[in-house]
Amino acid sequence: MSAALPTRRSTKVLTIIVLSVVLIYFLFPIYWLLLASTKSNAEMTTSNGFWFADEIRLKENYQTLIAWTRGHFWRWVGNSLLYSTVAGAAGTLISVSAGYAIAKFRFPGRTASVGIISAGLLLPIALLTIPMFIVFHSLGLTDTIWAIILPSCVSPFGVFLGMIYADSSVPTELIEAARIDGASELRIFVDMVLRLLAPAMVTIFLFIFVATWNNFLLPLMMLNSDALKPITLGLYGMMSYFDPTYGAVMQGALLGVLPLIVLFLGLQRFWQAGLAAGAVKG
Amino acid sequence: MSIQSATAPPTVRQPRRRPAQRREGMVGWAFMAPFALLFLLVFIVPILASVKESFFRQVAAIDEGCANPLYGCTTGAADEVVTSSFVGLDNFVYVLTSEMFWSGVGRVMLFGAVQVPVMILAALFLAILIDSTVIKRVTVFRLGYFLPFAIPGVIAGLVCTYLYTPELSPLSEALGWFGLEVDFFSTDLMLWSMANITTWTFTGYNMLIFLAALQAIPGELYEAARIDGANAWQVATRIKVPMVRGAAMLAVLLSIIGTVQLFNEPTVLAVRNGWMGPGYTPMMMAYNTAIGGQISPSGVGPASAISLVMAVLAGLLALVYILVQRRLAK
Repeated sequence: MSAALPTRRSTKVLTIIVLSVVLIYFLFPIYWLLLASTKSNAEMTTSNGFWFADEIRLKENYQTLIAWTRGHFWRWVGNSLLYSTVAGAAGTLISVSAGYAIAKFRFPGRTASVGIISAGLLLPIALLTIPMFIVFHSLGLTDTIWAIILPSCVSPFGVFLGMIYADSSVPTELIEAARIDGASELRIFVDMVLRLLAPAMVTIFLFIFVATWNNFLLPLMMLNSDALKPITLGLYGMMSYFDPTYGAVMQGALLGVLPLIVLFLGLQRFWQAGLAAGAVKG
Repeated sequence: MSIQSATAPPTVRQPRRRPAQRREGMVGWAFMAPFALLFLLVFIVPILASVKESFFRQVAAIDEGCANPLYGCTTGAADEVVTSSFVGLDNFVYVLTSEMFWSGVGRVMLFGAVQVPVMILAALFLAILIDSTVIKRVTVFRLGYFLPFAIPGVIAGLVCTYLYTPELSPLSEALGWFGLEVDFFSTDLMLWSMANITTWTFTGYNMLIFLAALQAIPGELYEAARIDGANAWQVATRIKVPMVRGAAMLAVLLSIIGTVQLFNEPTVLAVRNGWMGPGYTPMMMAYNTAIGGQISPSGVGPASAISLVMAVLAGLLALVYILVQRRLAK
């Protein structure tokens, strides 16, 4: 930190102004989302675009939203929660386990695994979606929850983070000691390694959770039935209605991002930890 | 190169005698197995399958007199009337000679050539401002800038579609005060309206990458600079920027990869802007070729060929970037 560098007052004021203007740029669409979800179509055009209309039509828009989605709205949010949570939890375990293996064991194919994971980090994942669709279709897995959960569990970035963390925060001596005490490998992993890697696991979970929630192409290709749609896909369908009630769509969008915003604000320090591990080591 | 050095082998235990080694190998594989199996299912097998499929095309056998029998005239039983036939390199010829494909590629290249530098420089600039201790309370800014990353691309696209629609938009309203009339959806501006959405979403993410790299710079460097009488600007340009080169490389690579697969935002914007067509970006073209028969020839064969050609292009772009970066570093 450059703590001791002298700064002039004008520099300080200018910095604050620049940072604040940029902050407005980043937060305005979210603020407007909040406004729009309370307005009727007419108010959207006539009222002040930067403030609420005289009447707050939160309830009407909500009713339109539910009616339009034929009652599926909360199911879609629930689906997103289910897919993201299951993929996040399973993906985290799988990633940490693989990262631990690479960091602490020597096995044939280890170097190749590291290479493949690096390649996987740089592969444009969306390009894999059509190939994945071919395979999942021939396995009869399309239009099932597995078509979303299985691909979302696989995170090269997660393994990469798991590897870095296992290398730096699981002391080899501790494992050796536990082995001498007669602990089984599984027990060492579950009782010691997972505990030591808990912060890393939160980070990996967050990344997989958000990536799954935000994914659009995968469910768009894989899913047909309304009952299985995640919220992203549901809202996309709503958007293409002829003459929509914008406020209702915006309310759907707002409710569809709220869980992410809560997760984001609650666990924000773990994001930085994850990106830091990637950036500093990288 | 950053990724390689990042994955340099971590601690490896001392070589032992054979039985112990074998045991270690087996245990290691046991921990590796779940990921390896899923990776096989989700990465390797699909890649192989799409390579195979790219040499085949589906032909509808019956239902004559129908313009597009595969999707238009048969219902439900499409699988039964379709036969797969080997077409050699036809799918690749189709992709490489397709005007739609190349104009899509041209679009994302232009998009990336402008959007990636703007975003990365903005992220670097903001990270340096936040890292400088000119102001004390930075959490609000750090969180606020990163918050858009938590908004799914589809929802960002949806919100921005309305924000860009002249009748609804407070932006148009505000521009109107200055007598400006801007159509964000015009053919000239669409690409940049879209660039604005991705910049909005990912600048904060990249800023955090830079911030992490900046905070890893050892304090002695600043001490030395201070003794030498450097001012804040000099510290930023002579120490901070060179020290985050690795992070910048990573951020740019990830952004290039993101650009190649641009899909969500244009797909959402296309709902209100039919003129964008089914192939505004190559990924949209791949999707619309594979599903729904909007683009002829349709089916997974031609779509696989598009995916493969794009993967090769992405690899080439990354390679060129890495080579240029290396040469510049010397």
